[in-house]
Amino acid sequence: MSIASRLRVRVRGGVHPPGSKDFTAAKPIREIEAPSLLTIPMRQHLGAPCVPRVKKGDEVAMGMVIGDCESFVSAPIHSSVSGKVAQVAPQPHPAGGEILAVIVENDGEYRSDPSLSPPGSWEDMNGNAIREAIRAAGIVGLGGAAFPTHVKLNPPREYPIDTVILNGAECEPFLTSDYRLMLEQPDVVLEGLLIIMRVVGAARGIIAIEDNKPQALKKMAAASKDTDIEVSHLRTRYPQGAEKVLITGLLGREVPSGGLPMHVGVVVNNVGTAFAIATYFSTGMPLIKRVVTVTGSIVREPSNLMVPLGTSFAHAIEACGGFTEPPGKVLMGGPMMGLAQYTLDVPVIKGTSGILALSHKETDYAEPSEPVCIRCGRCVEACPMGLIPTYLASYAYNEKWDELRRLDIADCIECGCCNYTCPTKNPMVQLIKMGKAELARLRDRSEKGREASGSAEAKGGGGDG
Amino acid sequence: MDNQLIISTSPHIRDSINTRRIMCHVIVALVPVTVWGVVIHGLSAFWVLLSSITGALLGEFLVVKGRRQKVTLDDCSALLTGLLLALTLPPLLPWWVAAVAGLMATVLGKQIFGGLGHNLFNPALVGRAVVFVSWTAYMTQSYAKSAAISIANTATHKTIEAAVDVASGASPLAAMKIVYDPSSSPIGPAGIPQGLQGSSYYRPLLFANPWGCLGEVSALLLILGGIYLVAARIIDWRIPVTYVATVAALTAITGRDPLFYTLAGGLLIGAIYMATDYTTSPLARKGRYIYGAGLGLVTWLLRFWSNNPEGVMFAILFMNATVPLIDRYILPHRYGKTAKAKGVD
Repeated sequence: MSIASRLRVRVRGGVHPPGSKDFTAAKPIREIEAPSLLTIPMRQHLGAPCVPRVKKGDEVAMGMVIGDCESFVSAPIHSSVSGKVAQVAPQPHPAGGEILAVIVENDGEYRSDPSLSPPGSWEDMNGNAIREAIRAAGIVGLGGAAFPTHVKLNPPREYPIDTVILNGAECEPFLTSDYRLMLEQPDVVLEGLLIIMRVVGAARGIIAIEDNKPQALKKMAAASKDTDIEVSHLRTRYPQGAEKVLITGLLGREVPSGGLPMHVGVVVNNVGTAFAIATYFSTGMPLIKRVVTVTGSIVREPSNLMVPLGTSFAHAIEACGGFTEPPGKVLMGGPMMGLAQYTLDVPVIKGTSGILALSHKETDYAEPSEPVCIRCGRCVEACPMGLIPTYLASYAYNEKWDELRRLDIADCIECGCCNYTCPTKNPMVQLIKMGKAELARLRDRSEKGREASGSAEAKGGGGDG
Repeated sequence: MDNQLIISTSPHIRDSINTRRIMCHVIVALVPVTVWGVVIHGLSAFWVLLSSITGALLGEFLVVKGRRQKVTLDDCSALLTGLLLALTLPPLLPWWVAAVAGLMATVLGKQIFGGLGHNLFNPALVGRAVVFVSWTAYMTQSYAKSAAISIANTATHKTIEAAVDVASGASPLAAMKIVYDPSSSPIGPAGIPQGLQGSSYYRPLLFANPWGCLGEVSALLLILGGIYLVAARIIDWRIPVTYVATVAALTAITGRDPLFYTLAGGLLIGAIYMATDYTTSPLARKGRYIYGAGLGLVTWLLRFWSNNPEGVMFAILFMNATVPLIDRYILPHRYGKTAKAKGVD
C-alpha cells in the first residue's frame, strides 16, 4: 500500500525541539569491532533481573545464554562474543547504580554457539511458538524502555488486538538508528512487523514515521507495496513516538488512564525490535548487538554503529574518533529523555538507542532551586497528557499527596515537554518523578501497614476467643 | 576527565525562552503606543511615565532588599508593571500620584504576595486602584482639555471639543455616558452638543485620541502590539478576543454602539496587555475562555450600570479573584479520562 494520507487526529501538546539529526542521518550503519573486554549486565530489561548462568573462568560462545530468569517478565541475556568469563561482579550500569554483570574476555574468534539455529519459518509457527522464540532470542523493546517483547505480545484473551503499530517516529532529537534501519533494511523491518502481527493475530499493521523522514517513508512504502501494511506519516513533533500519543494520532483511540495499548486493541513496537525479531528468524542469532547512534557536536565523527552489547561507551565513542573537546554531559538516549552518565565505562545495553555527548557550552545545568512559576501556561499547552505540570511540580515540592492524586500525577509519561518549554526553568518533570515515586512508596507502606494490622487483629481475635 | 561529567535528569535541552525575554517582548509591543502617547500629550505625560516606572522599580527593589533576596529587577517585570500602569493613568496627573501608584503596584500588588508569579491581582491595576480611590478627583479630571495636535481633525471635531469643555476634560466614555444617561451627570445634559455620537470618535480613537489615559491614544497601535504578541506566542489570543467579543456583543444587545465601546476607554489595553498577565489569568485554554467572557460581562455591567463611565480596571481585578477557582475546577482535557478512552473507535 502506498503512503497513507488520510486525516489523522490532532493530538494536543508537544514541543518542537531542534531535530539535530543531520549529524548522523546520512551515515550508513557501520559494524564495529568488539573490545577486548565486554561488560554484560544481568539487567537490560524491565522486570526481573537475570541470574548469571556462567561463572568466572567459563568458556562462552557467541550467542550463548549467560543469564536467565524463571520469571515471566524477563528476557535471557547472551554473550556477544566468544571467549572466557573474566569476572562476575557488580558494575556501573547506564541506568544508574551498579548491577551484577558478566565480564567476558573477547578471544577475537567470534565462535557461534553450535546449538544456535533459526527457529524455523514463522509462517508455519503458531503464536505461542513464535513468542517462545522471541523470548529465547532475548528480545526486548529496543526503543529504550526495554520491556520484554514476548510479554508485550501476549495480551490476555479478553483484549483482542486488531492493530499493530510499528513505531518509526524516532521523535527524540539526534537519534537516527531507527531511521537508518528503515533506509537500509526495509524488508527485514517489514518482516518483523508481519511476524508481530501474526503473533497477536492482528489484521492491520501501520508503520508510523514522522514527516521529517521522507526517505524512510518512501523506502517503507516501497517495501510494503505488496502487503496490506499502511505507511503513515506523522506530524514532526515531540513526543510523537510516545505510545499513547502515537495511538491517538493514528487511530483516534485513547488509552484509558492507567491502561495499556492492548486495552484499545493495539500493540506498539519499535522498528529496531521488529528488525531484531526478523533477524533472529533468519539467522538464529539472538539479540547480541544493536544499532546505536553515537552523536553530538563534539564527537569527531558522529556515526550509526552496530555495537555488540556490553561494549563500553568509551569504546563506541573511540570508534567514532573520540571527542573534539571534553564533554559536559554524556547521555544514553536522546536529549529529551536520555540518562546522564557519570562514567564512560558503562556498557551499551539492549535499551541503548544512542550515545549523545554535549559540550560544556551545550550543557544546560542550573542548581535546583525552589520551583518558580510565572503561570504562563506553556507547560499546560505542551503536556500531551492534558495535565497541569506546574501544579503537579509545586504540589510534589510541598508534599501535597492528595492534590497530586486529584490531578492524576500517575498519568505523566515523563516526556519532559513541560521542562523544555518553561521560561523559568522550573524542574517540573523531576519534581513530578519524585512525587510519583513518593506516592508509590506511600502506597506500598500503607498496604504493608494494612497487612500488618490485619494479622495483629487476627491474633488478638484468637486470644479473646 | 570522567569525573568532569555533569549529571542531571532529563530533559537535557531547553527552549531559549525565559522570563526576561517574555517581558521584553511585551515592552517592545508597548513602545509605539507609549511614544505616541508622549508625543500627543507632551511633557506632563513623560513625567507621569517616568514617575510611575521609577515608583514600580523602587517598590520592587525596597521589598526584595528588605527580605534579603536576590534583586530581581533584571527580569524586567517591574519595569513592565510601571510602564503598563503609566499607560492607564491620565496624562495630567501630578507626578507624585503616579509615583505612589507605581510604588503600590509592586509593593502591594506583587511583592506582598511573595513576588513574581505569586500575586493574585494584576499589580499595575492594584497600583491604579489605590490612587483611584485615594485621589479620585485627580484621576478623573486630569485629562487633556483639548487636542494637542490636530492629526485626527474631522468634521465632528468641534462637537467633541465642545463636549470635552463641558465635562471638564471628559474622556469619550464619560461624554457618551452623559449622552446616553443624562441623569448620571452632575452637570446634567446641559451643553452636551447635539449630534455627539460614538461614531464621531472613531477616527481619533483609532489614530490619535487626546482625551483619555496615556495608553488610550491609539487603538490601532494597541491592536498592532497585540498581534505582535500573539504572533510571537507570548500571549494567548483567547483572552483578549473573548473579552472584547463579549463586551461588543453585550453592548450591541443593549442597543449601543459596539465599535465605539470597543475602541474607547481602557478595554483594548486591558484586554490585550492586562487580562493576559500570566500570573493573574487562568492556565488552561478552557479556563481562559471563561475568564474572557467573565471580564466582558463585568466590564459591561460596570460601564452601563455603575457611576463610573469605565469598568475595565475593576472588572479585571474582580475576575483576577476568580482565577484560582477557575484553575481548580476547569481542568484541561485529560488524556485517557474520557468516553473515547473506553470504547474502541
